[in-house]
Amino acid sequence: MTIDWASFTPASAAVGGLLVGLGSVMLLLLNGRVAGVSGIVGGLFRPSRAELPWRIAFIAGLVLSPILYAAVTRFPDIVIAASYPTLIAGGLLVGFGTRLGSGCTSGHGICGVSRLSMRSIVAVLCFCLAGFATVFVVRHVLAG
Amino acid sequence: MAVWALAAGLIFGTGLIVSGLANPAKVLAFLDLAGRWDPSLLVLMGTGVVVSAVGYAIANRRRATFFGGPLSLPTSREIDGPLVLGAVTFGVGWGLVGICPGPALVVLGSGRPQGIAFVLAMVAGMGLYELYDRLRPHRELAGV
Repeated sequence: MTIDWASFTPASAAVGGLLVGLGSVMLLLLNGRVAGVSGIVGGLFRPSRAELPWRIAFIAGLVLSPILYAAVTRFPDIVIAASYPTLIAGGLLVGFGTRLGSGCTSGHGICGVSRLSMRSIVAVLCFCLAGFATVFVVRHVLAG
Repeated sequence: MAVWALAAGLIFGTGLIVSGLANPAKVLAFLDLAGRWDPSLLVLMGTGVVVSAVGYAIANRRRATFFGGPLSLPTSREIDGPLVLGAVTFGVGWGLVGICPGPALVVLGSGRPQGIAFVLAMVAGMGLYELYDRLRPHRELAGV
């Protein structure tokens, strides 16, 4: 393993994590909900009048955040190497998988791990190992 | 209290942007253990989990949100097939593209056409899950 020290950005990652944590805690203590993005989006398929406003509002906040950010300061690079067929396949797998597994990097990774849920810790291990394996195959086996 | 959910989403999304991990290339660099590894995502998770843990410590001492609303905390403790299979499926999609649900909404808001394609596919994947869930023998599903 070689650590790419030039790309490693611990300070901005730490500040970003504080903000992600703060957003999660706000949703928890003010709205009484777990900040799991896949559950919040997927829950739109089971609409109820009481549930809809906070779900839509949280999603709107996420979608609007880059617009607000770009209005204030320079927006950092977003580099997407995946082709459209790969994006579609990846999106389908992420959508189906997060719903079947009851969570993603936010719900299991941040919220679940912080409450020491064994279920979430197992899920995080599974999706990280699957992610490591997939990138290994794509970059180091298939690409030669 | 949708306005608080909007604020929570904005702060959460800003955290993802600040950390640099709304950028799929940086996520893939974290998942590429055999290449030039960028551990920034671990730092984001670390500070995010610490802040979130404080929130859950407060939530566990309360019966209601700060506004007196219900606190919906996950109750499921079962580590079962769907959890593992779902997390692995999600991990493969995550490894193919480098986008998970939270950053997907940020990339969408940044105006990248790839963000639109990925989010549409992700929502379609969640829709497929709803279909699958209605077809299989019913059982009570809890959150994270």
